[in-house]
Amino acid sequence: MLRGETEFWRTVNEYNGEFNGLQNGTDEVTPGTVPNRREFLAWMGNSFALSGILYGLSGCTSAPPEKIVPYVRPPEDVVPGKPQYFATAMPFSGYGIGLIAQSNLGRPIKIDGNPYHPASLGASDAIAQSSVLGLYDPDRAQAIASSGIISTWHSFAAALSMELIAARADSGAGVRILTETVTSPTLAWQLNRFLNQYPQARWISYEPFGGDNERGGTRLAFGTELDTQFRFENANVILALDSDFLSDGPAHIRHSKDFSSRRRIAARSDSMSRLYAAESVMTITGAMADHRFPVSSMEIDGIARAIAARCGVQGIPLPDSTRWPWLDLVVADLQREARHSLVIAGPQQPPAVHALVHAINDRLGSIGNTVIFTDPVAAHLGNQLESLKLLTDEMDSGRVDTLIILSGNPVYTAPADFEFSRHLDKVPFKARLGLYSDETSARCQWHIPESHFLESWGDVRAYDGTASIIQPLINPLFEGKSAIELMSVLLGETPQAGYDILRDYWGQHFNDFESSWQQSVRDGIVIGSAAPLRSVRIRKDFHVPDAPVQAASDPASLELVFRSDPCIFDGRFANNGWLQELPKPLTKLTWDNAALISPEKANQLNCANGDVVEIHNGERAIRAPVWILPGHALNSMTVSLGYGRTHAGQTGNGHGFNTYAIRKSNAIWVVPSARIRKTGDRMSLACTQTHQNMEGRDNVRVMTLADYIHNPDSEGHAETGEETGSLYPRFPETKYAWGMSIDLASCMGCNACVAACQAENNIPVVGKEEVERGREMHWIRIDTYFQGSPQNPGSYFQPVPCMHCEDAPCEVVCPVGATTHSSEGLNEMTYNRCVGTRYCSNNCPYKVRRFNFLEYSNFDSARLKLVANPEVTVRSRGVMEKCTYCVQRINRARIVAEEQDRSLRDGEIVTACQAACPADAIVFGNIHDEKSRVSVLKSQPRNYSLLPELNTRPRTTYLARLTNPNPEIARGR
Amino acid sequence: MIRTGLYGIMAEFKRPEDLVAAVRSVRERGYRFMDAYTPFPIQGLAEELGFRFNVLPVIVLAGGVVGALGGFFMQYYASVVALPLNIGGRPHNSWPAFIPVTFELTILVAALFAVLGMLALNGLPRPNHPVFNEPRFELASRNRFFLCIESRDPRFRRDTVWKELEKLGTSGIYEIEYKR
Amino acid sequence: MEPTSDLQPIEEANPRGYTYGSITDKISSIVLSRPTTMGWLAGFGVATLLLLLLMVAVSWLLVRGVGIWGINIPVAWGFAIVNFVWWIGIGHAGTLISSILLLLRQQWRTSINRFAEAMTLFAVACAGLFPLLHLGRPWFFYWLLPYPNTMALWPQFRSPLVWDVFAVGTYMTVSFLFWFVGLIPDLATLRDRAKKKSAKIIYGILAMGWRGSAIHWHRYETAYLLLAGLATPLVVSVHTIVSFDFSIGIVPGWHSTIFPPYFVAGAIYSGFAMVLTLSIPLRSVYRLQDLITMRHLQNMAKVMLATGMIVGYGYLMETFMAWFSGSTYDAYMIRNRMTGPYAFIYWALILTNLVLPQALWFQKVRNSVPALFAVALSVNVGMWLERFVIVVTSLHRDFMPSAWGMYYPTLWDWATFAGSIGLFLFLLFLFIRFLPVISISEMRQILPMSQAPHPETAP
Repeated sequence: MLRGETEFWRTVNEYNGEFNGLQNGTDEVTPGTVPNRREFLAWMGNSFALSGILYGLSGCTSAPPEKIVPYVRPPEDVVPGKPQYFATAMPFSGYGIGLIAQSNLGRPIKIDGNPYHPASLGASDAIAQSSVLGLYDPDRAQAIASSGIISTWHSFAAALSMELIAARADSGAGVRILTETVTSPTLAWQLNRFLNQYPQARWISYEPFGGDNERGGTRLAFGTELDTQFRFENANVILALDSDFLSDGPAHIRHSKDFSSRRRIAARSDSMSRLYAAESVMTITGAMADHRFPVSSMEIDGIARAIAARCGVQGIPLPDSTRWPWLDLVVADLQREARHSLVIAGPQQPPAVHALVHAINDRLGSIGNTVIFTDPVAAHLGNQLESLKLLTDEMDSGRVDTLIILSGNPVYTAPADFEFSRHLDKVPFKARLGLYSDETSARCQWHIPESHFLESWGDVRAYDGTASIIQPLINPLFEGKSAIELMSVLLGETPQAGYDILRDYWGQHFNDFESSWQQSVRDGIVIGSAAPLRSVRIRKDFHVPDAPVQAASDPASLELVFRSDPCIFDGRFANNGWLQELPKPLTKLTWDNAALISPEKANQLNCANGDVVEIHNGERAIRAPVWILPGHALNSMTVSLGYGRTHAGQTGNGHGFNTYAIRKSNAIWVVPSARIRKTGDRMSLACTQTHQNMEGRDNVRVMTLADYIHNPDSEGHAETGEETGSLYPRFPETKYAWGMSIDLASCMGCNACVAACQAENNIPVVGKEEVERGREMHWIRIDTYFQGSPQNPGSYFQPVPCMHCEDAPCEVVCPVGATTHSSEGLNEMTYNRCVGTRYCSNNCPYKVRRFNFLEYSNFDSARLKLVANPEVTVRSRGVMEKCTYCVQRINRARIVAEEQDRSLRDGEIVTACQAACPADAIVFGNIHDEKSRVSVLKSQPRNYSLLPELNTRPRTTYLARLTNPNPEIARGR
Repeated sequence: MIRTGLYGIMAEFKRPEDLVAAVRSVRERGYRFMDAYTPFPIQGLAEELGFRFNVLPVIVLAGGVVGALGGFFMQYYASVVALPLNIGGRPHNSWPAFIPVTFELTILVAALFAVLGMLALNGLPRPNHPVFNEPRFELASRNRFFLCIESRDPRFRRDTVWKELEKLGTSGIYEIEYKR
Repeated sequence: MEPTSDLQPIEEANPRGYTYGSITDKISSIVLSRPTTMGWLAGFGVATLLLLLLMVAVSWLLVRGVGIWGINIPVAWGFAIVNFVWWIGIGHAGTLISSILLLLRQQWRTSINRFAEAMTLFAVACAGLFPLLHLGRPWFFYWLLPYPNTMALWPQFRSPLVWDVFAVGTYMTVSFLFWFVGLIPDLATLRDRAKKKSAKIIYGILAMGWRGSAIHWHRYETAYLLLAGLATPLVVSVHTIVSFDFSIGIVPGWHSTIFPPYFVAGAIYSGFAMVLTLSIPLRSVYRLQDLITMRHLQNMAKVMLATGMIVGYGYLMETFMAWFSGSTYDAYMIRNRMTGPYAFIYWALILTNLVLPQALWFQKVRNSVPALFAVALSVNVGMWLERFVIVVTSLHRDFMPSAWGMYYPTLWDWATFAGSIGLFLFLLFLFIRFLPVISISEMRQILPMSQAPHPETAP
């Protein structure tokens, strides 16, 4: 963005040569280009809305008028400078994740998981962490627009009711409502009431990454649609068939919690689960596996059948399984553990595989123990893809005259062959409720800005059916409306506030309303709202359709696998700078998606990283840069969706390629055979870790469970650098000595900590060009190493924050004493004193220091200032920065403790990364208190410190990675 | 105050040896207030003119001592007394790390004392001086050697001095006025 | 007198056939009576253009920040530090020649010391530029100095960067004093020779009323000798301390006890190379072949050969210690230098700095001015490459493979470097035009006629 070629950087500020750091857009129009009316209005809208917010904040009017209930403290002690905490929930592709939002003087600035909530248990993920930035995103749609002209809520309501009067005649035969997956009880209640009013109307819900396959699987296996839940804490042996259960689906945080609870070994007697993963693309689940088998996505069906046959599932012929020599041993292991085993298949696998997996689990006896079933949580059953197909056909034949789109972005996400946008044009009345004025809004004459979940009342169910009340932390920044508010207009009611609608609905379900409401809002969950378990039996006529014919393996054509993007999901977060700059797990790419292939395939295609290839799916083709990912299945290529946005906003537009353009309804997950052609063009990709080979060094130490039990000291303690002497006298010990322990056995590289740190510590976004120069600013990074054969390497994650060395090399070389040591062992940066010699960074063996080479922080876009944590300095150009162990949190806790005249309790201080971690891999505390959790962990035999030979005496130490391989299978098969 | 009258009588020589010889003979005749001017330093000439003790080395030594002590204790004060911080676990008085600066300051102050001391002792800068009143004196910075017997010498008598100098094989004798 | 040819017997150090008068006139005429030539104007013009380039680069740097350069994490130091060390190294010949050779009573130094000292000053000026510019917040550079301030803060005296400030500052000051003290008698000469009133006044002021009094000469010589005595350890200390910038750090390829001697040798090496590079054209343009004789060139060549060998020994020891220490990181560092992405720079360094200069073993080469010039140029390049290898290739791959990166200089990096050369030449051209490039009074002193046995010392 230095050069300012990509126009979305080119704000008026930068035009004037002033760098514009937090590149999430600014208020200005592109200079030089005359704004068209739409831009101009949007721009004016921004400015007005902006003045509105600032006014709102300056006055005390920003808190919602309705009574909201603080999570921790009663509302009367709203003390400036003392943050308040409120329970709420984030709807994510329909399902809820319970959150605790931190509010400083009416500004939500930080998100963490809600310990009471089943989908969170207090943990969160990168997307939840980044949602606060989404709230303040200046590119959000900010005014109701009627074909581009600013309009009002009332004129929309009027126009809509006109339509509905017309619709009443034919009882809504031409009315269609398109939503995403809906679990909100209130919204479902409203929709159903609407369908009763207009019997001929239809409600379609579509998600680009919906659960059709899973539900289809249960129909095949049990004859009815069910939701499947997994209890990883009960599983001793897990087989993941192309399933990335640690990052996919509405329960992935819970999965991480449960799974990691069986991977952290404290006492040597603890038992540890064993994970087998057969998958095409390397996922973080595969990286955590004790045995990983790279197989193409299409092979999974055969594998599932082979296992099913061996487990004695009826009606499955024993196929030839010589291609999978490991299979018998895995089955034996599964059968050994019987009801403590677990087999899981990924959402991209066809219903047949899911059905087989259910049958296998049934034979193994794990159903009821590690696998349980409930009625579907989603309010709307049926195959989403088919219903969307039906809708497009109806639009084509002109049978649809009123289409209401409640969020979702079908124009962008619908399968290419539906040609959704073309058919959409045939619909006379189209209204769209959305956060952004995006691809879909561009084709609807009515756009209604949707209110962010942090600024509107609502409710949502978790993966297990537990309902949460979504309570807002701030008034809508713009004229945003929530789906339920829009529905109340559709229902012809006098427009109601979301709060009242919500209370109307829940009023019918709580017997002692006020107290139940109070409790539900405060705790963030509705007690006892979880879906009841269903006992299931494999249907008598169990039979799965035959496997699709394997694609002929000619070298120029590959199996093509579609995956959601680990950072921006299906594209809905494309305008979120934090997520865009978050290095994707394993590839460490930022700001772009790429076509992932195995090293051998790269050789065959004679492609290097960044070589642009043409990917043909039938008549449709896209151009994509290649990225080589070790461990990828040979005859397979993986492309992620969500990029190539055109209406995402200034941050999201123009990055990556749009994979939806070749995603067709006949093969929505896996294309059996796509043709690949090298174009000879090259494209530069911004990768934050260009070297993933450990070069024979022992940064990450790995030991098998067996070694650990028999010879625990083989790694770890031997070299913590503690016993090596020092020439210097120690400084006097103080009451507290802060330290951190990071457990590599449970860390799964999910990036939650990185995003949490970015949110907590006001870390700027620098943009693709700067990342390419090696100037990303994350205070904690997740190093990813591959070891062994590139066909199927071992892969290890290592979060690296500042080590807070007791004999810190960085401090000694600072000429102005800008980085010094606190009495409690913190390695502190004094930004005001720093002159920017950068010697400290050169002398830091861990390279955890970050430098503001340019003016990265955004001092221009007022709206983005709102997200800043007031307890953390915003750094300016020319100063060094780095992890502080969240010193602001330490001091806040210390103040509380001193007020109460007591000493700090263990666990009272939780760093941002620790709070976010779904694997409980990070523990922070006082190492002078030998009873503190961190001290106990550091006393484990597998405790070691990075580069101990340098004798820097780091306060951050690691617990060696543990693996639990099956002794009968050689590692790396 | 501007003095007037005769400053001294100056003789010009072509070769350094002649100058040295001349200086010796006039000193034997008891003249004391005189100075010689040459385009480059001539061994022993200063001694001939009665210059004995050179104080400059002492000044430079003093400078060195000041620099060394000042340098070290400034650092000691800064790191131990004024701003005692824990820097990478190193002791406050990390004296080995203070040596380079101490050394540099020793050199710096000594060098300054050397140059300033030299100028001060020589009474420089002094742009105007009676000897410059003689046009021929320009050659003192080229290829001529001058001896000037000053009028403040108790035994100074214009005519006798003139005669004395004439005997010394000069290539010219001039009267130097205080004021031209 | 007739300018003597390059092929005069090499014993000839003292200029033949000159009198006090003629030598004075010859050297002072370069400044006073010689008309400004087209050649000078052309050279000066080029220098000025480069200087303007420097000003543009620096302005942009101050506006946008050091991010306009190619530096990053892990390679947080780039061209700025490379150039700093290169220039400061070049700045070592002058004071070395003036002081050490003076103490060793090497008379041949006389005709080159003035010029070498000036070169030192200008090189140090260029060097001093970079540590300031490379700061993230250059306007706070003075925070590195100990001064009483309302924040009651002090520099952190354990940091080699603070040592640097004192070392370079002292070196700058002492070099200037040395040079200026040497100039005083010549300024007097110019004052007396000058025809123009303006010139008379300016030189007069600078000469401070020097009148060549025998007593003054006596103190003058004492002071000059003491300065030489002080400057000698100073020269050695300065590049030692510059080497501390690296050897105090823990980066593999930096943390090495051999750095001080090998840096000092390198400094002298590059310094003499630069003196040769500049004096060879100078003596032919201004017909000074009989003052800066072949003997001078050859002595400098020999010094280069010697110091070059020490530098070579340094490279050898680095490699040996990498193996001998058994440290993974050092071993990889050397392997990476020789075979890594920057290998071509390392081998270019070995060629220009180690292999080519071996030609100086041969009398033939030492006798041929063009050959000497070529070798000197090669060494100038080589020494720059050496600093690049030390700074960049050590940083770009250190302890944590996950943090490895690459450094690509930007146009602004190059502009700043070229600009600093412009500044150097700019000052040099002014010096040649307005001050005597050879010490006149010292030349008078070493004329054969001054060597005649002294009435005093004669038995």
